[in-house]
Amino acid sequence: MLKKIDVIKEQLKKAYEDNFEKIIEINERYSHPKIEMSRAVKISLLALRFYLIILVGLLVYKFITLLK
Amino acid sequence: MRVIQIQEIITMKIFSKLYYEYRRIWKIIVLYLIISGPGIVVMVADNDAGGITTYAATGAKYGYNLIWFLLLLIPVAYFVQEMTVRLGAVTKRGHAEAIFESFGSFWGWFSLIDLMLVDWLTLVTEFIGMSAALSIFGVPPIVTIVAVCVLMGIMVLNGRYWTWEKISLLFCALNLIYIPGAFLVHPQVSGIIHGALIPNFPGGFNNQLFFFLMANIGTTIAPWMLFFQQSAVVDKGMKEKDIPWGKFDTMVGSILTVVVAIFIVIVTGAILNANNITDIESAAQASQVLMHFNKYAGMFLAIGLFNAGLLGAICISLASSWAFGEIFGWAHSLNNKIKEAPWFYANYFFTLITAGLVVLIPHAPLVLITLFVQVIAVTLLPAALVFLLLLLNDKKTMGEYKNGLLQNIIGTSIVVVIIILSTLYGISTVFPSLFK
Repeated sequence: MLKKIDVIKEQLKKAYEDNFEKIIEINERYSHPKIEMSRAVKISLLALRFYLIILVGLLVYKFITLLK
Repeated sequence: MRVIQIQEIITMKIFSKLYYEYRRIWKIIVLYLIISGPGIVVMVADNDAGGITTYAATGAKYGYNLIWFLLLLIPVAYFVQEMTVRLGAVTKRGHAEAIFESFGSFWGWFSLIDLMLVDWLTLVTEFIGMSAALSIFGVPPIVTIVAVCVLMGIMVLNGRYWTWEKISLLFCALNLIYIPGAFLVHPQVSGIIHGALIPNFPGGFNNQLFFFLMANIGTTIAPWMLFFQQSAVVDKGMKEKDIPWGKFDTMVGSILTVVVAIFIVIVTGAILNANNITDIESAAQASQVLMHFNKYAGMFLAIGLFNAGLLGAICISLASSWAFGEIFGWAHSLNNKIKEAPWFYANYFFTLITAGLVVLIPHAPLVLITLFVQVIAVTLLPAALVFLLLLLNDKKTMGEYKNGLLQNIIGTSIVVVIIILSTLYGISTVFPSLFK
C-alpha cells in the first residue's frame, strides 16, 4: 500500500514538473505576437488594457467597500 | 389512344421530376445532418439555466412586449459566431491557441485563465439549475449531480466526436419542449404578433427595462461560446469548403435559440404576467408557480430547465478542456480514447465533478457565485470579441476569408454594442442600485 502511494506521489511530482516546464516552453514559444501590429491593432490592445484596468479597479473598490 | 399515351408520358415526366427533386433535397438534408452540429449545439446550449431564468423573468415582467427585441438578437448571435466558424476552418486552431499565437503569451494566459474561471463558475450555475429543476419532481440534488456526471462521462468516453455531437443534438431537440408548453397555456396570438412586430418599451425606457434588455443581450453571447464553437469546428475537421455549411448551421442555431427564448416568454407571459405575478427570481420558481395554473406547462418548464442546464454543462466543460489541450499540446480531441488523451479527460472530469460538488456544500454562497459569473464573464467577453475581430482582419491568417467592409461594419457595431451593454450589465450586478 505504502509502495503504491509512493508511486502515485512520484507520478504526480513528475506530472507537475513536466507541466511547469511546459509553461516555460509555452511562454517562449508565444513570446512574440505574430499578428501584424498595425495602428488599429495597437489602439485596440491599448483600449483593452485601459478597459480591464478600470473594470478591475471597480471590482477592487467594491471589494473594499464590502469589507468595510 | 394517342391522348392517353401523351397523358401517361406527362405524368411519368412529372413523377420522375418530383422523384429527382425529392432525391436532391434528401441528399441536401443528409449532407446538412452530417455537417451540422457545432452551430446548432452552441446556440441552443446558449439557452442555459441562466438564460432560461432571464427569459422566464422577462415574460413574467413584460408579457409579450419584448418579443421584437428577442428577434433582433438573431443577427447579433449569428454575426459573432459565424466569425468563429471561418477562423476555425481556416486556421485549424482553437480560439485559445489563436490568441496565444497572434497576441502573445500575456493575452493568451489572461484569456485562458479567465475562460477557466468563468467556465467553472458557469458550470456551477448549470448544476444549480439542474438540481433545482429536478428537485421539483422530488429528486435529491446528490442524485441529480451523480447522474449528470455519469451521463456526461458516457457521452465523451465513447471516443468519437460524431457520437457526442449527435447525442448533443438530441438534447437540443428536447429544448423545443417549450413550444408545446406554449400551446398548453393558450396564449393570445394577436398579443404575440403585436409584441413581435411593433417595437415598444413597456412602461417607458426606465432603468429596470434597461436592466432586462442588458440581461437578454448578456445571455445571447457568452465568452465560452466563442472558444467552444471554434474548437468544435476544428475537432470536427471542417475545412474552408465547409464554411458555407458552417454558416448555415450557425444561422439555423441562431434562429432556434431565439425561437426557444420567445416560447419561454410566451409561457410565462401568458400565465404569470397575465396574473400579475411579475417578479420571478429563477426559472425553477417560475415553473413551480406555473404548476398552480397549468400543471403540464410548469412541468415542461422544469424539464426544459434541466435540459438547458445539461446542454450548457456539456458544452462549457468541453470549452476549457479543449482550450487547455490546445495550449499545453495535450491530445485534445473527442476522437481520442481516454488513454490517448488523459489530461484532456482529466481536465474535463475535474471541472465537472468539482463544480457539481460545490452545489452539494451546505450553505454554499450560490447567489454570490451567480453574481461572480457575470462579473468575470464581462472581463473576458470584450477581450475575446476584440481578438476575434482583429484576427478576422489579419490578411496573413485569414487570406481570402478575412472580413470584408460590410462584415466589419456589422461586426464592429455589434461588438461595440455588446461590450457596452454587457459591461453595464456586469457593473449593475456589482452595483445593483445603479439601475434600479
